[in-house]
Amino acid sequence: MTEPSLRTSRRRFNYLGSAHSGTGDHAKMHLTSLALIPLAIAFMVMMLRLGAHDYNGVRNYLGHPGPTILMILFIGTGILHMQIGMKAIIDDYVHDHAIKDAALIANLFFCVALGVTCLYALVRIGLA
Amino acid sequence: MSDLKLGRARPMSPHLTIYRLTMTMMMSMAHRVTGAALYLGTLLLAWFLIAASMNSATFAVASGFMHSWLGMLILFGFTWALMHHLLGGVRHALWDYGWGLDAPEREWLAIGTLAGGLGLTLVVWLIYGIWG
Repeated sequence: MTEPSLRTSRRRFNYLGSAHSGTGDHAKMHLTSLALIPLAIAFMVMMLRLGAHDYNGVRNYLGHPGPTILMILFIGTGILHMQIGMKAIIDDYVHDHAIKDAALIANLFFCVALGVTCLYALVRIGLA
Repeated sequence: MSDLKLGRARPMSPHLTIYRLTMTMMMSMAHRVTGAALYLGTLLLAWFLIAASMNSATFAVASGFMHSWLGMLILFGFTWALMHHLLGGVRHALWDYGWGLDAPEREWLAIGTLAGGLGLTLVVWLIYGIWG
Protein backbone atom coordinates (compact mmCIF):
# COMPACT_ATOMS: atom_id res chain seq x y z
CA MET A 1 0.00 0.00 0.00
CA THR A 2 1.37 3.42 -0.88
CA GLU A 3 -1.01 6.13 0.34
CA PRO A 4 -4.66 6.16 1.33
CA SER A 5 -6.92 6.43 -1.70
CA LEU A 6 -10.63 6.77 -2.32
CA ARG A 7 -10.37 4.48 -5.37
CA THR A 8 -11.84 1.07 -4.75
CA SER A 9 -9.65 -2.02 -5.09
CA ARG A 10 -11.77 -3.04 -8.09
CA ARG A 11 -10.84 0.22 -9.84
CA ARG A 12 -7.16 -0.33 -9.07
CA PHE A 13 -6.89 -3.80 -10.59
CA ASN A 14 -9.50 -3.58 -13.32
CA TYR A 15 -7.22 -3.09 -16.32
CA LEU A 16 -4.09 -4.80 -15.01
CA GLY A 17 -2.49 -7.87 -16.59
CA SER A 18 -0.76 -8.33 -19.92
CA ALA A 19 -3.94 -8.03 -21.96
CA HIS A 20 -5.38 -5.14 -19.87
CA SER A 21 -8.63 -7.03 -19.54
CA GLY A 22 -9.58 -10.22 -17.78
CA THR A 23 -9.18 -9.13 -14.17
CA GLY A 24 -12.42 -7.18 -14.53
CA ASP A 25 -14.10 -10.26 -16.01
CA HIS A 26 -12.77 -12.35 -13.13
CA ALA A 27 -14.18 -9.91 -10.55
CA LYS A 28 -17.59 -9.91 -12.30
CA MET A 29 -17.54 -13.70 -12.50
CA HIS A 30 -16.73 -13.99 -8.80
CA LEU A 31 -19.47 -11.55 -7.79
CA THR A 32 -22.16 -13.06 -10.04
CA SER A 33 -21.19 -16.58 -8.81
CA LEU A 34 -21.70 -15.46 -5.24
CA ALA A 35 -25.15 -14.03 -6.05
CA LEU A 36 -26.06 -17.12 -8.08
CA ILE A 37 -25.57 -19.55 -5.18
CA PRO A 38 -28.82 -18.55 -3.41
CA LEU A 39 -30.52 -17.50 -6.68
CA ALA A 40 -29.90 -20.88 -8.38
CA ILE A 41 -31.28 -22.70 -5.34
CA ALA A 42 -34.34 -20.41 -5.36
CA PHE A 43 -34.70 -21.03 -9.12
CA MET A 44 -34.62 -24.80 -8.62
CA VAL A 45 -37.28 -24.61 -5.90
CA MET A 46 -39.47 -22.37 -8.10
CA MET A 47 -39.13 -24.68 -11.10
CA LEU A 48 -40.11 -27.63 -8.91
CA ARG A 49 -43.29 -25.76 -7.94
CA LEU A 50 -43.94 -24.68 -11.55
CA GLY A 51 -43.42 -28.19 -12.89
CA ALA A 52 -46.34 -29.41 -10.82
CA HIS A 53 -48.73 -26.67 -12.08
CA ASP A 54 -50.93 -26.36 -15.16
CA TYR A 55 -51.30 -23.14 -17.27
CA ASN A 56 -53.42 -21.27 -14.71
CA GLY A 57 -51.32 -22.50 -11.81
CA VAL A 58 -48.09 -21.34 -13.47
CA ARG A 59 -49.55 -17.89 -14.23
CA ASN A 60 -50.97 -17.58 -10.73
CA TYR A 61 -47.62 -18.56 -9.17
CA LEU A 62 -45.61 -16.17 -11.38
CA GLY A 63 -48.19 -13.46 -10.73
CA HIS A 64 -46.90 -13.07 -7.17
CA PRO A 65 -44.12 -10.49 -6.66
CA GLY A 66 -41.73 -12.84 -4.81
CA PRO A 67 -41.22 -15.51 -7.51
CA THR A 68 -41.20 -12.88 -10.29
CA ILE A 69 -38.54 -10.73 -8.58
CA LEU A 70 -36.39 -13.77 -7.75
CA MET A 71 -36.77 -15.04 -11.33
CA ILE A 72 -35.74 -11.63 -12.77
CA LEU A 73 -32.73 -11.50 -10.41
CA PHE A 74 -31.73 -15.08 -11.36
CA ILE A 75 -32.05 -14.46 -15.11
CA GLY A 76 -30.31 -11.06 -15.02
CA THR A 77 -27.38 -12.30 -12.92
CA GLY A 78 -27.23 -15.61 -14.79
CA ILE A 79 -27.07 -13.92 -18.18
CA LEU A 80 -24.23 -11.63 -17.14
CA HIS A 81 -22.44 -14.70 -15.74
CA MET A 82 -22.93 -16.83 -18.86
CA GLN A 83 -21.96 -14.02 -21.23
CA ILE A 84 -18.57 -13.70 -19.49
CA GLY A 85 -18.25 -17.51 -19.32
CA MET A 86 -18.88 -17.99 -23.05
CA LYS A 87 -16.49 -15.09 -23.77
CA ALA A 88 -13.77 -17.02 -21.91
CA ILE A 89 -14.51 -20.18 -23.91
CA ILE A 90 -14.36 -18.24 -27.21
CA ASP A 91 -11.14 -16.48 -26.13
CA ASP A 92 -9.58 -19.87 -25.33
CA TYR A 93 -10.57 -21.90 -28.39
CA VAL A 94 -11.26 -19.54 -31.31
CA HIS A 95 -7.99 -18.19 -32.70
CA ASP A 96 -9.04 -16.75 -36.07
CA HIS A 97 -9.60 -13.02 -35.46
CA ALA A 98 -12.58 -12.57 -37.77
CA ILE A 99 -14.41 -15.66 -36.48
CA LYS A 100 -13.54 -14.75 -32.88
CA ASP A 101 -14.98 -11.22 -33.24
CA ALA A 102 -18.11 -12.63 -34.87
CA ALA A 103 -18.49 -15.21 -32.09
CA LEU A 104 -18.05 -12.60 -29.34
CA ILE A 105 -20.67 -10.35 -30.96
CA ALA A 106 -23.06 -13.29 -31.44
CA ASN A 107 -22.55 -14.22 -27.78
CA LEU A 108 -23.42 -10.70 -26.62
CA PHE A 109 -26.48 -10.45 -28.90
CA PHE A 110 -27.73 -13.89 -27.83
CA CYS A 111 -27.44 -13.03 -24.14
CA VAL A 112 -29.16 -9.65 -24.48
CA ALA A 113 -31.96 -11.10 -26.63
CA LEU A 114 -32.48 -13.96 -24.19
CA GLY A 115 -32.60 -11.60 -21.22
CA VAL A 116 -35.09 -9.27 -22.89
CA THR A 117 -37.26 -12.25 -23.91
CA CYS A 118 -37.44 -13.65 -20.37
CA LEU A 119 -37.97 -10.22 -18.82
CA TYR A 120 -40.78 -9.43 -21.29
CA ALA A 121 -42.51 -12.73 -20.50
CA LEU A 122 -42.23 -12.24 -16.73
CA VAL A 123 -43.48 -8.64 -16.84
CA ARG A 124 -46.35 -9.67 -19.11
CA ILE A 125 -47.41 -12.44 -16.71
CA GLY A 126 -46.81 -10.31 -13.64
CA LEU A 127 -48.89 -7.38 -14.87
CA ALA A 128 -51.65 -9.48 -16.45
CA MET B 1 -1.87 -14.41 -29.94
CA SER B 2 0.60 -12.89 -32.37
CA ASP B 3 0.16 -13.16 -36.10
CA LEU B 4 3.91 -13.27 -36.73
CA LYS B 5 4.94 -15.96 -39.24
CA LEU B 6 8.14 -17.54 -38.03
CA GLY B 7 10.62 -19.48 -40.15
CA ARG B 8 10.19 -22.83 -38.44
CA ALA B 9 7.63 -24.39 -36.15
CA ARG B 10 8.06 -23.26 -32.55
CA PRO B 11 7.95 -25.87 -29.78
CA MET B 12 4.45 -26.15 -28.34
CA SER B 13 3.76 -26.39 -24.64
CA PRO B 14 2.34 -29.76 -23.53
CA HIS B 15 -1.42 -29.87 -24.02
CA LEU B 16 -4.41 -31.81 -22.76
CA THR B 17 -3.80 -34.95 -24.79
CA ILE B 18 -0.39 -35.87 -23.32
CA TYR B 19 -1.35 -35.66 -19.64
CA ARG B 20 -2.65 -38.59 -17.60
CA LEU B 21 -6.31 -37.93 -16.82
CA THR B 22 -6.77 -36.79 -13.22
CA MET B 23 -9.92 -36.14 -11.20
CA THR B 24 -9.31 -32.38 -10.89
CA MET B 25 -8.67 -32.15 -14.63
CA MET B 26 -11.91 -33.95 -15.48
CA MET B 27 -13.88 -31.76 -13.06
CA SER B 28 -12.33 -28.69 -14.65
CA MET B 29 -13.56 -29.87 -18.06
CA ALA B 30 -16.93 -30.82 -16.62
CA HIS B 31 -17.29 -27.31 -15.19
CA ARG B 32 -16.84 -25.82 -18.65
CA VAL B 33 -19.04 -28.36 -20.40
CA THR B 34 -21.87 -27.95 -17.86
CA GLY B 35 -21.52 -24.16 -18.16
CA ALA B 36 -21.90 -24.35 -21.94
CA ALA B 37 -24.84 -26.75 -21.58
CA LEU B 38 -26.61 -24.37 -19.17
CA TYR B 39 -26.00 -21.57 -21.69
CA LEU B 40 -27.99 -23.49 -24.31
CA GLY B 41 -30.50 -24.68 -21.72
CA THR B 42 -31.63 -21.10 -21.08
CA LEU B 43 -33.44 -21.32 -24.43
CA LEU B 44 -35.77 -23.86 -22.81
CA LEU B 45 -36.44 -21.48 -19.89
CA ALA B 46 -37.15 -18.62 -22.34
CA TRP B 47 -39.54 -20.87 -24.29
CA PHE B 48 -41.32 -21.91 -21.07
CA LEU B 49 -41.74 -18.30 -19.86
CA ILE B 50 -42.86 -16.93 -23.25
CA ALA B 51 -45.35 -19.79 -23.62
CA ALA B 52 -46.72 -19.11 -20.12
CA SER B 53 -47.09 -15.41 -20.98
CA MET B 54 -49.32 -16.28 -23.96
CA ASN B 55 -52.49 -18.44 -24.14
CA SER B 56 -53.11 -21.93 -22.77
CA ALA B 57 -52.73 -23.57 -26.20
CA THR B 58 -49.22 -22.15 -26.64
CA PHE B 59 -48.37 -23.20 -23.10
CA ALA B 60 -49.64 -26.73 -23.73
CA VAL B 61 -47.13 -27.18 -26.59
CA ALA B 62 -44.14 -26.16 -24.42
CA SER B 63 -45.42 -28.01 -21.37
CA GLY B 64 -46.17 -31.09 -23.48
CA PHE B 65 -42.61 -31.19 -24.79
CA MET B 66 -41.14 -30.72 -21.31
CA HIS B 67 -43.25 -33.54 -19.91
CA SER B 68 -42.35 -35.90 -22.80
CA TRP B 69 -39.58 -38.44 -22.18
CA LEU B 70 -37.14 -36.41 -24.30
CA GLY B 71 -38.08 -33.22 -22.45
CA MET B 72 -37.73 -34.91 -19.08
CA LEU B 73 -34.33 -36.29 -20.12
CA ILE B 74 -33.15 -32.80 -21.12
CA LEU B 75 -34.50 -31.30 -17.88
CA PHE B 76 -32.80 -34.04 -15.86
CA GLY B 77 -29.53 -33.20 -17.64
CA PHE B 78 -30.15 -29.49 -17.05
CA THR B 79 -30.69 -30.14 -13.33
CA TRP B 80 -27.44 -32.10 -13.10
CA ALA B 81 -25.54 -29.43 -15.07
CA LEU B 82 -26.88 -26.71 -12.73
CA MET B 83 -26.06 -28.63 -9.55
CA HIS B 84 -22.62 -29.71 -10.76
CA HIS B 85 -21.75 -26.20 -11.97
CA LEU B 86 -23.04 -24.69 -8.71
CA LEU B 87 -20.80 -26.92 -6.58
CA GLY B 88 -17.91 -26.46 -9.02
CA GLY B 89 -18.32 -22.71 -8.61
CA VAL B 90 -18.19 -23.00 -4.82
CA ARG B 91 -14.98 -25.05 -5.25
CA HIS B 92 -13.46 -22.31 -7.43
CA ALA B 93 -14.50 -19.64 -4.90
CA LEU B 94 -12.79 -21.57 -2.09
CA TRP B 95 -9.62 -21.74 -4.21
CA ASP B 96 -9.86 -18.00 -4.91
CA TYR B 97 -9.67 -17.40 -1.17
CA GLY B 98 -6.65 -19.73 -0.97
CA TRP B 99 -8.39 -22.64 0.72
CA GLY B 100 -8.16 -26.29 -0.35
CA LEU B 101 -5.30 -25.97 -2.82
CA ASP B 102 -3.19 -28.84 -1.46
CA ALA B 103 -3.30 -32.25 -3.15
CA PRO B 104 -5.61 -34.17 -0.73
CA GLU B 105 -8.07 -31.24 -0.47
CA ARG B 106 -8.11 -30.77 -4.24
CA GLU B 107 -8.93 -34.44 -4.70
CA TRP B 108 -11.70 -34.41 -2.09
CA LEU B 109 -13.21 -31.24 -3.53
CA ALA B 110 -13.23 -32.82 -7.01
CA ILE B 111 -14.89 -36.01 -5.77
CA GLY B 112 -17.28 -33.97 -3.60
CA THR B 113 -18.33 -31.88 -6.61
CA LEU B 114 -19.09 -34.99 -8.67
CA ALA B 115 -20.88 -36.90 -5.91
CA GLY B 116 -22.68 -33.80 -4.58
CA GLY B 117 -23.90 -32.81 -8.04
CA LEU B 118 -25.31 -36.27 -8.72
CA GLY B 119 -26.79 -36.51 -5.22
CA LEU B 120 -28.52 -33.12 -5.38
CA THR B 121 -29.92 -33.96 -8.83
CA LEU B 122 -31.48 -37.17 -7.47
CA VAL B 123 -32.90 -35.24 -4.46
CA VAL B 124 -34.49 -32.62 -6.76
CA TRP B 125 -36.11 -35.28 -8.97
CA LEU B 126 -37.23 -37.27 -5.95
CA ILE B 127 -39.00 -34.14 -4.65
CA TYR B 128 -40.52 -33.64 -8.12
CA GLY B 129 -41.69 -37.25 -8.08
CA ILE B 130 -43.43 -36.70 -4.74
CA TRP B 131 -44.92 -33.24 -5.56
CA GLY B 132 -45.72 -33.71 -9.25
